[in-house]
Amino acid sequence: MSTAVAAPEHPTAPAATRGLVEITKVRKSFGATEVLKGITLTVEPGGVAVIVGPSGSGKSTLLRTINHLEKVDGGFIAIDGELVGYEVRGKRLHELREKDILKQRTEIGMVFQNFNLFPHLTALENVTEAPVVAPRSGKPRLTKAEARERGLELLDRVGLKDRAGAYPRQLSGGQQQRVAIARALALDPKILLFDEPTSALDPELVNEVLDVIRELATSGTTLIIVTHEMGFARDVADTVVFMDQGQIVEQGAPQDIFTNPQEERTRSFFSKVIEPAFNI
Amino acid sequence: MSSTATRAAQSAAGPASAGPDAGVSNPGPSAEPGGPQGPENPQSRGPATDYADYRLVPSRHPWRWVGTAVVALGVAAVAWSLATNPRWEWGVVAQWFTAQSVVNGLVETLKLTAISGALGFVLGFILALMRLSASPLLVSVSWTFSWIFRSTPLLVQMLLWYNLGYLYEKISLGIPFTDVRFFEVQTTTLISQFAAAVLGLTLNQAAYSAEIIRGGILSVDQGQLEAAAALGIPAWRRSTRIVLPQAMRAILPTAFNEIIGLVKGTSIVYVLAYSELFYTVQVIYNRTQQVLPLLLVATLWYVVITSVLSVFQYYIERHYSKGAVRTLPLTPLQKARRFFATHAAASDNRARSTR
Repeated sequence: MSTAVAAPEHPTAPAATRGLVEITKVRKSFGATEVLKGITLTVEPGGVAVIVGPSGSGKSTLLRTINHLEKVDGGFIAIDGELVGYEVRGKRLHELREKDILKQRTEIGMVFQNFNLFPHLTALENVTEAPVVAPRSGKPRLTKAEARERGLELLDRVGLKDRAGAYPRQLSGGQQQRVAIARALALDPKILLFDEPTSALDPELVNEVLDVIRELATSGTTLIIVTHEMGFARDVADTVVFMDQGQIVEQGAPQDIFTNPQEERTRSFFSKVIEPAFNI
Repeated sequence: MSSTATRAAQSAAGPASAGPDAGVSNPGPSAEPGGPQGPENPQSRGPATDYADYRLVPSRHPWRWVGTAVVALGVAAVAWSLATNPRWEWGVVAQWFTAQSVVNGLVETLKLTAISGALGFVLGFILALMRLSASPLLVSVSWTFSWIFRSTPLLVQMLLWYNLGYLYEKISLGIPFTDVRFFEVQTTTLISQFAAAVLGLTLNQAAYSAEIIRGGILSVDQGQLEAAAALGIPAWRRSTRIVLPQAMRAILPTAFNEIIGLVKGTSIVYVLAYSELFYTVQVIYNRTQQVLPLLLVATLWYVVITSVLSVFQYYIERHYSKGAVRTLPLTPLQKARRFFATHAAASDNRARSTR
């Protein structure tokens, strides 16, 4: 099984040089249940990997290990060659201090299924909070005025500049998720992780979020997306990764994996989730 | 509603030009039907009948009025007796209400409340964080503190602290669970009445507020902490900027309950002969034998303090509900302003239309 993900083929994409994600033999258990059974996966700089699979297959857990929200029990993850959450001392991996982990996280944006916007802060305040207070490596923190300017720019990019002063509860689900994307972009991350970004949305709101992600896919940022939107996966992915029971069963270019899956489990999964009208 | 009725309602609302409820709010529309409306004229079933122009009559609640009348009578009776029974001695109440000694006692009560309340909540916050920490030792120390101080009567605690001052007269250091600052303030080997009062009230308050604050912190969605951590926001900032403001919504109502309880709870320090409000009025009525009027003096002051605190509570809760509700409800002041504005505008219009 090949683990390399092809570089993006978008003609307009700038040549991405940062955001290489290498996941090597990652294992993770919750109690007696092993949810990740030695995952190895590489996503090239600027690549778009979409992870699909039945619920409970470990997709979200894998995503959360990439920014060390979930500690791995074995294996390691490196971003541009730098270990996430650990440093090598002698023959051991020592967990980093909180501050250094926070620094690494500022390079990795994350968008959650339930948005997790801060409800007591306005859309703009949600976006400007982290750039002002988060410790950065090699970059100074933004001043409040700079963060505000950048925040408005980002809200404009997701089409919500006029809602900058609104509180999350005054926004629709789709708008909230777009604010959450702007918030994740505010730190100018190398990598963006999407954990089922449209699963909590009403069907008619899904596309406004997917459109924003589509635009990001051509921007040179590495995207790793867990989703159940198969049509979207086919459109946007360089590589589709199918996971089941804590393992990667199969991965490949979307046109290959959707039309000609090699594994029986993949075929049976797609036959259930892809609607008959969905033609490839 | 059937489609024919909807269409009829729309066409009826058209000429009135006041929205779909024009038929309800307008007492005398020209289109109001007369004869066929009566109940003795049964209409045939089916969509053929058009009720769109009928006036809507809300159902009546006669028992609600009976209940209101009974309660109003009771309130009036109580008010009448309060005003006319000479044994309340309102003249004496008025005489002592602002007497210097009473005001001094009031100041002491406010001082005790403010100091014990503030220190109690600070200590309670620390205890709550200890209880939520990953260290088993900190967790059990915090748990034991709350257990002890919640299971002993405040009166006993008070007397214990006061008598400790006598028992350990020659020892100036090393009493467990005490805040060293009090000893620095006193710089004596004795615990004064004030120190014993503050100590007792603070530690007791801390035990309760620790649980209130812990409950508030637990009520904040775990996803909030995750999102903040994923954004690289430092731990102290996560607590103060993200978690606490959201926890405040759960903390505030109970916390104000506690503070209001504390205002009156301070009256327990009369056992230390500490001259706060309640002890002061006791001293006075022991001298003058005007027991009830002087208890009324104290009671009225407690009512005043509680009322002021309730106003604070309203506005502070309102502040922290920002973002938790789609639109903030109007404050009573804003409501009054709006009422007068619309009322004035309405009477203005009426004046103009009659002219």
